[in-house]
Amino acid sequence: MKRLLIAGVALVAGLAATSWAMAEPVDDTLEIDGKPMITRTKAPEGHPFDEVISGWHYRETETRDLERDTFENPAMVSVEDGEVLWNKVDGTAGKSCATCHGDAAESMKGIGARFPKWDADSKKPINVELQINKCRTEQMGAEALPFDKGGQKELTAYIKHQSLGMPVSIDLAEGDMQSWWERGKEVYYTRTGQLNLACASCHEVGVGKFIRADHLSQGQINGFPVYRLKSGFTSLHNRFRGCIRDTRAEMPKAFSDELMALETYVTWRGTGLSVETPAVRP
Amino acid sequence: MASKPRIKVPKSASAGEVITIKTLISHEMESGQRKDKDGNPIPRKIINKFTCAFEGQTVFECDLDPAISANPYFEFNAKVPASGTFKFTWLDDDGSVYEAEEPIEVK
Repeated sequence: MKRLLIAGVALVAGLAATSWAMAEPVDDTLEIDGKPMITRTKAPEGHPFDEVISGWHYRETETRDLERDTFENPAMVSVEDGEVLWNKVDGTAGKSCATCHGDAAESMKGIGARFPKWDADSKKPINVELQINKCRTEQMGAEALPFDKGGQKELTAYIKHQSLGMPVSIDLAEGDMQSWWERGKEVYYTRTGQLNLACASCHEVGVGKFIRADHLSQGQINGFPVYRLKSGFTSLHNRFRGCIRDTRAEMPKAFSDELMALETYVTWRGTGLSVETPAVRP
Repeated sequence: MASKPRIKVPKSASAGEVITIKTLISHEMESGQRKDKDGNPIPRKIINKFTCAFEGQTVFECDLDPAISANPYFEFNAKVPASGTFKFTWLDDDGSVYEAEEPIEVK
């Protein structure tokens, strides 16, 4: 009886010890095609962390290597598809993106680093996907692209990729961005779902820990749209919805006010990190 | 179909050195086995041949069949005797020819 009790205590103690696994982000530097990327930087004023760290540092060696070379990066095929769309004429006005914006390498430089920004027309923050649709409907006489369809991910990635390496920095002083930032912050810290988890539960309180086999990162979005090894080319709002689904909560609609506020806030959380679009993640 | 194919050839090499070349082309490689939602077969449209030549001499050649999936990727070795240009061609079922070239400097 006593032996059974000791064995029982030992088993419980053993279980308790294994349930807490932690690992540091790797000490490594990222250069994409030889171009240095900022993947660790001092956090902006008022940030919960001292240092802002890219999700790249929480990945296995093989995953990190895939991002180093645009040849190996599986998402570059999607970026090239985006380039084809950039040049494709669409809509009643007979224009393509290139008709007004010319060479994306010049005209789109900085976009990936500065969006989402304030849109005076809709009185809301606007991201690249919505800006594409705005241009399509207002300038091109074309239909808005439905969420994650019609090449939206590919075109967004192509545009953001033109800012590769540039540090993320959005303007919160413009329009009402500050109040949307506040709202996004509230979304970030509010527990939801049957599992009662907030974004912060994993990405702030749990950062560095393992959730099953996933090494929890700070949840930065400087690399979106990303190539996920588990599910292929993935957009930001798809991932937001996926994370929320994983807490077993009702998923907000893509580009809803809730998710636009969240995008505004989470972009700010990555201030200073280089645009890595398209990043490679598990 | 997408823009230009991706080629990776080292910028320089020493004479007689064996280098690794990587090529990737965007192509749906429609096998001809699939059917659309109305049940009609989607016609086959694949890249059926890939060649790599160095200064006119064939270095690598490959016939592709429908089993090859989308965006065919080739990685192969080549020995470079002197500076010159690698020429790559992809032949499509519909007769289109996609071409690319990359120079290499031999020190």
